[in-house]
Amino acid sequence: MKTDQPIIKVENLVKKFGNFVANDHLTFEVNKGEIFGFLGANGAGKTTAIKILCGLSSPTSGIVQVAGFDVYKQTNKIKQNIGYMSQKFSLYENLTTKENIWFYAGIYGLSTREINRRMEELLERLQIGHMKNSLISSLPLGWKQKLAFSIAIFHQPKIVFLDEPTGGVDPIARRQFWDMIYQAAHDGITVFVTTHYMDEAEYCDRVSIMVDGRIEALDTPAALKMTYNAMNMDEVFLKLARRGVVSL
Amino acid sequence: MVRFSILATEISKSYGEVKALTNISLSIGKGELYGLIGPDGAGKTTLFRILTSLLVQDSGKAEVEGFDTVKDFKSLRKILGYMPGRFSLYHDLTVEENLEFFATIFGTTIQENYDLIRDIYVQIEPFKNRKAGKLSGGMKQKLALSCALIHKPEVLFLDEPTTGVDAVSRKEFWEMLRSLQKKGITIMVSTPYMDEASLCDQVALIQKGKILSINTPEKIVEQYKHPLVKVITDNMFKLPEHLLNFPQAESAYRFGDSVHFASHQEINVPDLSSFLEKNDHRNIVIEKIVPNIEDCFMALLKNEN
Repeated sequence: MKTDQPIIKVENLVKKFGNFVANDHLTFEVNKGEIFGFLGANGAGKTTAIKILCGLSSPTSGIVQVAGFDVYKQTNKIKQNIGYMSQKFSLYENLTTKENIWFYAGIYGLSTREINRRMEELLERLQIGHMKNSLISSLPLGWKQKLAFSIAIFHQPKIVFLDEPTGGVDPIARRQFWDMIYQAAHDGITVFVTTHYMDEAEYCDRVSIMVDGRIEALDTPAALKMTYNAMNMDEVFLKLARRGVVSL
Repeated sequence: MVRFSILATEISKSYGEVKALTNISLSIGKGELYGLIGPDGAGKTTLFRILTSLLVQDSGKAEVEGFDTVKDFKSLRKILGYMPGRFSLYHDLTVEENLEFFATIFGTTIQENYDLIRDIYVQIEPFKNRKAGKLSGGMKQKLALSCALIHKPEVLFLDEPTTGVDAVSRKEFWEMLRSLQKKGITIMVSTPYMDEASLCDQVALIQKGKILSINTPEKIVEQYKHPLVKVITDNMFKLPEHLLNFPQAESAYRFGDSVHFASHQEINVPDLSSFLEKNDHRNIVIEKIVPNIEDCFMALLKNEN
């Protein structure tokens, strides 16, 4: 459930590559249990920021704390406390469902007993017991994504980062996926998500929109629609991001 | 007799045991903007590859501008432009070199057909000496479209040109397609984004290798059978689940800030409202709405399963 306790704190985050400023003084907080939408046009600097939040890249300057840990010194602690899933990289295609679960759970150091217990529970909940020995490559895309998400939160992280998780699946599967996200947030996991589907932006508690390395807007979808006098998030996004296109 | 630009009759194709396409028939008029809408794995790319003569079907027949895709593939390739889903230009050539390469292959020059690509190419011209591999997503897409157009094709095939592209670039891309259509080019475009369907003259909804429906976007919407309302309450998390418990419920899907609820019978708004109140929902807003393409596609998908 949504709370007021910040679990991600970012203050004046700057990341430069040579002369290029990919993240230009980002400041924001994400609260525990919140679904936080991180939007922006291609090339706006989202991926750079996510890599820093996941402890995979160091900021040039600024203060960044994730799950209470510092991104300069405690990257390993951060990695233990987060989950990550993207459309491009999620599961090993040439391993089975069970093997993928074992692999990821093993990396996070779960005990054999715990893995078995949670795996049975997961297979039951997703009703995919019959697919446990199937290669991931043989599963339909919609199932792969649901499974990838379940594995990303298998070690019960404090935060899960979802980088364009729903690309390419059919509209029903996309909605089932969001039901899972809601459930995870309800269970107290903070969800940090990027998407190009603007209707999905409306499912978030709060949304930030990045333009040219800066956060141009950050608020609830309802407040953003009000501020920008827009019917939906698609319009909000177009109004904000269109300005940045000129310099593309 | 009506002359079709693209005509496919009962096309089937399997990869081993996997049936990629089953009896696909469609006809596309000259100068039409035709959308092939469906999720990953529906068979869109297989159909594109057959229509562009890159793959041979197991059965059925396809013609593009009167050329048989199997027998007349050499003539056919001269008059079609194809932009595959995966970026397939030369990464180590510059923007200009890529364009020149494709022009030369088709025995023409950039100058000769510059008119056709001007509006698109001017946007990337400032970077003409940059290697294609170093371009941003939006610029790659514009270069790929320029290269597909440089020999002035009569028919243009675009396989998921907007996948993974942000909302702003997507909008611009569709504006470009509209202006190409005005120049008389037939365009067949595939997409997983339902909102893009409404921008086409005709759309085919495809799933698991079968066409579920072919029609104009307006007609597809007209054919939606169920009464439909949009519902907003203070508990959006549980709302779809609760709505499905309402008598005669057909479906309840999230749509942005609301849930679209369809029923097998006329929806009595006060009844629905008090039902939701009993389930602890407050600030209830219920409004009758006209379905959009995505409502229709999901209804068709549901019937199929």
